Amino acid sequence: MKIVAVCGMGIGTSVLLKMNAEKVLAKLGIDADVEAADMGVARGAAQTAEIVLTSQELAEELGDVPAEVIIINNFFDLEEITEKLTAAVE
Amino acid sequence: MAFNLAEALSSIVTQADAADWRAAIRLAGDGLVLGGATTDAYTDEMIDAVEKHGPYIVIAPGIALAHSRPSPAVLTGGLSWVSLATPVEFGNKANDPVNLVIGLAAVDHDAHLTVMRALAGVLADSSAMERLTAATSPDDVRAVLRGLASVA
Repeated sequence: MKIVAVCGMGIGTSVLLKMNAEKVLAKLGIDADVEAADMGVARGAAQTAEIVLTSQELAEELGDVPAEVIIINNFFDLEEITEKLTAAVE
Repeated sequence: MAFNLAEALSSIVTQADAADWRAAIRLAGDGLVLGGATTDAYTDEMIDAVEKHGPYIVIAPGIALAHSRPSPAVLTGGLSWVSLATPVEFGNKANDPVNLVIGLAAVDHDAHLTVMRALAGVLADSSAMERLTAATSPDDVRAVLRGLASVA
């Protein structure tokens, strides 16, 4: 499974989101490739990914993509990430 | 070698006063400049990023990760820490108001991953965060950080 973590710049928030998503995926036993991307790269990557992880503001900026867009409010709340990823994968 | 976030912080300011989110980011930018990581232009780039993409840098309740992309204004990787005496609204519905601004500068997309891993570990530790945001001096902040497990 391909997952893209999106932020505006691709160096800060998306990297943190990627790290926490990988922790959650490992715990759930889901085999997935998580890529951190800035908005420009993400528009392309989101065409082939199954899931996009991002924040409310950036989801609006990203617009319509074929991937399922999951909005994370607290990037350090592993329970929130677990809950939303589980729901998306099922 | 074990790596602790305390060593990565090029500057720490505690209980600072900021009138609004721009002033708060400017303090974090000043810290990066003082630490020799960036020029003043990077501070403007961090503010522009929020104007362009919105307050998404408020990544958890009370915490903003101010940053922009690698640019000529970044001299070397750096991290600055600014806790605020009075929380400031960034316009982020889920996570406002902000009482901690972390300024991040990176020279490329990979060099700072060890720092980010250490930062992720600290920000996810809610009891440490309580002590860190309450800290009243840079030495306090470093002492709390040094008391936490290091990232290998």
